[in-house]
Amino acid sequence: MNQDEQVKVLGLWGSPFSKRVEIVLKLKGIPYEYIEDVYGNKSPMLLKYNPIHKKVPVLVHNGRSIAESLVIVEYIEDTWKTSYMILPQDPYERAMARFWAKYVDEKVMVAMWKACWGPKSEREKETKEAYEGLKYLEKELGDKHFFGGETIGFVDIAADFIGYWLGIVQEASGVTIMTAEEFPNLQRWSKEFISNNFIKEVLPPKQKLATLLKAQFGSVTSD
Amino acid sequence: MADEVILLDYWPSPFGARARIALREKGVEFETREENLRDKSPLLLQMNPIHKKIPVLIHNGKPVCESMNVVQYIDEVWSDRNPILPSDPYQRAQARFWVDFVDTKLFEPADKLWQTKGEEQETAKKDYIEALKILESELGDKPYFGGDTFGFVDIAMTGYYSWFEASEKLGNFSIEPECPILMASAKRCLQRESVVKSLHDSEKILELAYQLRKIYCV
Repeated sequence: MNQDEQVKVLGLWGSPFSKRVEIVLKLKGIPYEYIEDVYGNKSPMLLKYNPIHKKVPVLVHNGRSIAESLVIVEYIEDTWKTSYMILPQDPYERAMARFWAKYVDEKVMVAMWKACWGPKSEREKETKEAYEGLKYLEKELGDKHFFGGETIGFVDIAADFIGYWLGIVQEASGVTIMTAEEFPNLQRWSKEFISNNFIKEVLPPKQKLATLLKAQFGSVTSD
Repeated sequence: MADEVILLDYWPSPFGARARIALREKGVEFETREENLRDKSPLLLQMNPIHKKIPVLIHNGKPVCESMNVVQYIDEVWSDRNPILPSDPYQRAQARFWVDFVDTKLFEPADKLWQTKGEEQETAKKDYIEALKILESELGDKPYFGGDTFGFVDIAMTGYYSWFEASEKLGNFSIEPECPILMASAKRCLQRESVVKSLHDSEKILELAYQLRKIYCV
């Protein structure tokens, strides 16, 4: 393979944003070289390839870099058109997928994070927002296998945090918002999501992730 | 069957402006329904129950929300003319990256500029200019962010360009000395036919901004 054509992913093993990119590459059968960045110490490579935000993930393809996980996912989709498709063909369905992916990214994940580890004074408000956000997602999912319908799609990938990280985050922080009783659809979905053979390969080990989270953020009881 | 295109909008909104501009770039006929944001219509609450915000594009009865999502949808539906996003995947990714930058780095300081005063406003000003400078260096010597053609990032920015004058007056600063090249591109965008037809007088926007500031008791 031409050196230039090789795909490189600069990521962090515990990051749901980083894993979104790896999940898509695996689903589409695109070989890539994974390069681990360093927690708490941004590498020269990261600063070179993402000077604006200095964050992972970054995809390097044909010597050019792309940053922002959902932008990268769409780039992969646009570039490798012949394999497994992440977004629907119909423009309206695509608009809906982008809407929900953005909702997960900007509202639900942010609220969840702040509810677990944000300033104490805001936790009640953030918990309510996270709960409401998850309820909207629960309703949108309904009894479909995945947000994408029969197959894993854009929204499922954007929601990887909910599929895998959320359970571990809840345990590590001591904050429980998503329960099986209140969110049966999401619960069922997350089991199916993480048992996908390609996704299983890239998910970070549970215990290691829990240890990292506890070390980085503490827990609601330890404040 | 003729397309039915309705836009739920609010005249001074930089986000509503983006949708208007995209529709006009594509020559799409549409009906505007002006919203009173302090008394939102049942239609808006039905079509955007999660965010309850404009713009909402209702195309043949189906709603699309979030301004740049609306712009992308318009580009994909009316794909036979005046492309808004480039066709090359890498250029598309760059356009999406920069629109994400605009909406995450400009949005908050732009709002705080007219909503706050004192130290908070000074910080907002500093953040706003810093973001504009980064955008200016991305623009480089291109006439538009889209290169030779007015594109996705330009549409995103034109919403903010429509509020430049109001931001300057309320923040008591001038953008041109800080970002002369960006300003030149802004002027170019503001002269485009689709933009002229889509934006209201900057004086009216300034008047509104003063009123809103009073409401915020600043």
